[in-house]
Amino acid sequence: MSRAALLVLADGRFPAGGHAHSGGAEAAVHAGRITGAASLEDFCRGRLHTTGLVSAALAASAALGVDPAALDAAADARTPSPALRAAARKLGRQLLRAARATWPGVELDALARRFPKGAHQPVVLGVAARAAGLGPQDAAHCALYESVGGPATATVRLLGLDPFDATAVLARLAPEADRVAEAAVRAAHRVAEEGADALPAASAPLLELLAEAHAARTGRLFAS
Amino acid sequence: MHRDHIDPHPGPAVLGADARRPDGTRRALRIGLGGPVGSGKTATVAALCRALRDEVSLAVVTNDIYTREDAEYLLREAVLPPERITAVETGACPHTAIRDDISANLEAVEDLEDSVGPLDLVLVESGGDNLTATFSKGLVDAQIFVIDVAGGDDVPRKGGPGVTTADLLVVNKTDLAPYTGSDLGRMAADAKAQRAGLPVVFQSLREDEGVAAVTSWVRQRLAAWAA
Repeated sequence: MSRAALLVLADGRFPAGGHAHSGGAEAAVHAGRITGAASLEDFCRGRLHTTGLVSAALAASAALGVDPAALDAAADARTPSPALRAAARKLGRQLLRAARATWPGVELDALARRFPKGAHQPVVLGVAARAAGLGPQDAAHCALYESVGGPATATVRLLGLDPFDATAVLARLAPEADRVAEAAVRAAHRVAEEGADALPAASAPLLELLAEAHAARTGRLFAS
Repeated sequence: MHRDHIDPHPGPAVLGADARRPDGTRRALRIGLGGPVGSGKTATVAALCRALRDEVSLAVVTNDIYTREDAEYLLREAVLPPERITAVETGACPHTAIRDDISANLEAVEDLEDSVGPLDLVLVESGGDNLTATFSKGLVDAQIFVIDVAGGDDVPRKGGPGVTTADLLVVNKTDLAPYTGSDLGRMAADAKAQRAGLPVVFQSLREDEGVAAVTSWVRQRLAAWAA
């Protein structure tokens, strides 16, 4: 594995559309559930163990070479909110474009052919990690970091939260993210043996509900 | 992965500024319109649509900051059929969506070409931003920067990438100059000094001439693109 390639893929400036999404943070701010650094940390911890874990297991499985179409269907089944499914596909399509330009290769091309309007973002992330010469651990860590990094920067913009406080939240969550990544990678190895049903299905009903409310709202800053 | 030769069309879709679509046909010319909030970008886009819609096949992508306001204005004004207008959401960072991370805008442009194409021209309107906001060359082939006389007649002197490097600088709302005390002569001299020969248009959409000068600049660009 190349540590430098991992930094390129995990960089928030990687041009794959993430800047327009808040990972549910805007809806949570609007609902009064994120009001500062402490509640941002709680929100992010919840994401790590639910959507973060599922995304990381999907990404790690794709990085191991599991069929992306089977993973995409499993991601659909684990994402009840139509708005979140649409956002995941949109981001997957944007990531696929950026990854194909960055690490050209036949697997990414095949994925674009199979999903011209986008596959779920964590699935694309795993295939992109493979193309970058990275492994399942790297893919899982990227997915988990994204699952909390997006909400943290969005909250800085939404609440005027001190950016040092937001970054400190991410640092405090790092050991927990490492443990979730290990669990995701273990699940991915089972998926490679047993199929996509071995993926975790930890859900956060409130994230799904708030995502639907957010999609119906006018005057939002972030797409999701 | 090692590759001796990178095919310009390695897969099922183009990636960025490639001038050909996957089927080998030439894609539409893309012109970006940027500039500060309230300078008249959307009004200029609407006027361009009215002036050009009978001679070329065109579509518009808007980039609003937190609403679909600009797209809805264009729909309300009925300057184009609704299927030719798409809004991109920019997550509180309009300049990011046109410069640093152009993926959402590229997808909007390509989806328009797929759904209502073939297109000759796509106008990409930025959300209102600051004087440093410019378009990536990966997204547009040419860019227009729109400022207005009411925003302060020192803007051309202040410069910034939009004012100094845009392919066309439009100084809008010249009809307001007497009321805002703006010195158009000074604005013209400052713009000339900043832009090293690049063109500048002074326009008022409320007067007869309207968007005519910008329209003829776009026509020249279209002719060069098709050549």
